[in-house]
Amino acid sequence: MITTTSLYDQFINLYREREITQDNDWLKDLRETAFEAFSGKGFPSTRLEDWRFTNVSPFLKEDFHLQPGAASLHGLHNPAHIPLLDAYEVVLKNGMLNEDVAIRGVKISPLRTALKNENLQSYFGRYINTEKYPFAALNTALFENGIVIEADKNIICDKPIHITHVYNAEEAVFIQPRILIIAHKSSKIQIVESVVVIGNKPLFINNVTECCVAENAQVDHYNLQIAPSNTHLVNFNQVVQQNNSLFNNYTYSLPDAAFVRNNLHLDLNGTNTESHLYGLYLAGGNQLTDNHTVVNHMFPNCLSNELYKGVLLDNARAVFSGRIYVHQDAQKTNAFQQNNNILLSNKAVVDSKPQLEIFADDVKCSHGSTVGSLNKEALFYLQSRGIGETAARNLLVKAFSFDVTNKIQIPAVREYIEKLITRKMAEAYDQ
Amino acid sequence: MLSIKNLQAKVEDKQILKGINLQVNAGEVHAIMGPNGSGKSSLASVLTGRENFEVTGGEVLFDGKDLLEFSPENRAREGLFLAFQYPIEIPGVSNINFLRTALNEIRAYHNEPPLEAKEFLRLTREKQKLVEFDAKLTNRSLNEGFSGGEKKRNEIFQLAMLNPKLSILDETDSGLDIDALRIVSNGVNKLRSEKNAFIVITHYQRLLEYIVPDFVHVLYDGRIVKSGAKELALELEEKGYDWIKEPVTTASV
Ligand SMILES: Nc1ncnc2c1ncn2[C@@H]1O[C@H](COP(=O)(O)OP(=O)(O)OP(=O)(O)O)[C@@H](O)[C@H]1O
Ligand SMILES: [Mg+2]
Repeated sequence: MITTTSLYDQFINLYREREITQDNDWLKDLRETAFEAFSGKGFPSTRLEDWRFTNVSPFLKEDFHLQPGAASLHGLHNPAHIPLLDAYEVVLKNGMLNEDVAIRGVKISPLRTALKNENLQSYFGRYINTEKYPFAALNTALFENGIVIEADKNIICDKPIHITHVYNAEEAVFIQPRILIIAHKSSKIQIVESVVVIGNKPLFINNVTECCVAENAQVDHYNLQIAPSNTHLVNFNQVVQQNNSLFNNYTYSLPDAAFVRNNLHLDLNGTNTESHLYGLYLAGGNQLTDNHTVVNHMFPNCLSNELYKGVLLDNARAVFSGRIYVHQDAQKTNAFQQNNNILLSNKAVVDSKPQLEIFADDVKCSHGSTVGSLNKEALFYLQSRGIGETAARNLLVKAFSFDVTNKIQIPAVREYIEKLITRKMAEAYDQ
Repeated sequence: MLSIKNLQAKVEDKQILKGINLQVNAGEVHAIMGPNGSGKSSLASVLTGRENFEVTGGEVLFDGKDLLEFSPENRAREGLFLAFQYPIEIPGVSNINFLRTALNEIRAYHNEPPLEAKEFLRLTREKQKLVEFDAKLTNRSLNEGFSGGEKKRNEIFQLAMLNPKLSILDETDSGLDIDALRIVSNGVNKLRSEKNAFIVITHYQRLLEYIVPDFVHVLYDGRIVKSGAKELALELEEKGYDWIKEPVTTASV
């Protein structure tokens, strides 16, 4: 614990000693509140209900650099490249974007410059309860780089925006990027995020993404968590939806990050909203993948639909905690949640905890969770047709994932994900 | 082609096959009949390598090779095919993708290159026509939403695609209406040749009017207790199984 405390101390010192002249007053206040929250509580321990199954302290013991330098993808093979994806490509290096990117009606700006705009005050950091979430608090107190993506009113972005995060882990690094997505009234954007890590020293990413979906707007957000094994990712994703908006989230944790913790929180802040949350985690080795989702139904006539599927190999562990909260005013809510897991090894473990809290009386809600293994009959059927065990298992794992992979609206991304599944399965069984 | 000698097998500590002897040569059709629970499907399971069956004695040679040594997939690649009594549904695995994978894995086993997409499509169309199976296969999961009869026809379609040496049809006729029965039988008859063989498991002489067997065997309590020519099927239909009690010591073929 001593080294963990020392990382904590480093952050406390970093906060006290940092340059603050760049920030607006509102941002200074925001940071200050968040810092108080973090310094009071520190990193979460397993005594917190939210972290009961996930002990993060072993991942915080490194001697991290807290202010990483520049990263470059130059001349490297880019594993985040998605073949045949026709998209606006944006590359962030250690969270940094060098200059504005302007697509018709969509502006992507470095966070630092964007935050000079007072208007952002009504979006940035407004919905995250930093009292409750220590990593989000730490990020809010100390984030340096990131981007703001803003889609103007009535803009239908013709192509997806593909954001490649390049991180430099040639030395141990703790990095805290921050993204703000604003889809103004009646706009529509698709965002695909993926990761490239250079170097093989421990990398800890403490990311916060906020997404504001205005009235009648649509955001499709693909989070392709394909980082290599030296990566530890804590990702807090806060979404706010206004009347008649549509939000689709696809969180796919594929090879090979040692540790992934996702918090995906939806505040349904208007009537008639629709939200789809699709998750897939395929973990092997000693990977730990943890997904916490919260869907907050606060107004009537909203639909939320969540489907998370997990495939676990080797000694992998997964945690799923899904909370649907239906407030008293949220009549005619439709809220569904499903978490299905298959274990392909008897050493793999899943802790699945679906929760419904309903305070309205006229609602349709369901939740469920299963943990099983591959269907032996199906496996035999395929083998009896000459399909080898490995290929048969692959087909069945793909079939199992199908409910979530076929929801991907961008064919190139779907194909890319399916290839990653095949590759991961092959690696797991070729050892 | 297939030579079964004194085959014994158990499942969950229950002895099911108690010494099966059977010789099947290329070009032959054998019918296996017998009351419910006598072990017909179990025999098919043991031959195809279903994992919960444990062979406790005897041997099976397939074209001179020890069949029981092979994994289920290699048995299929060696040319063995089972049309299941109860074909299962596999949601998420498309019919076409499944067939292409199967066909190409079998080809790879014989050092043949994968089929070109065009050639595969042509073959699919040809064989669908042969077994008059017009279900839409692309974008549809394996057997998902198929009626009982369609599932059986899909089994015969797969048989036609994979072109095995020895096919075992486990009650492919049950659940088929009379037209489907004729169509499936026609398909099988067109596939029959001097190079392949069929074992047809059935309860009904009716099927054997369409697929005329060279031999009929009666399986009873884990043994083949009687073998004869196709007329035996008629006799069984009339008299039932009660008159056959004592096992014959060796199959009479
Ligand atoms: N997996 C199993 N576990 C336990 N018993 C089994 C299993 N499979 C088959 N049996 C038993 O083995 C015996 C033979 O079953 P089998 O399915 O081979 O009969 P069959 O001759 O095919 O019958 P039917 O005509 O009804 O299809 C039965 O008593 C059955 O209950
Ligand atoms: Mg049977």
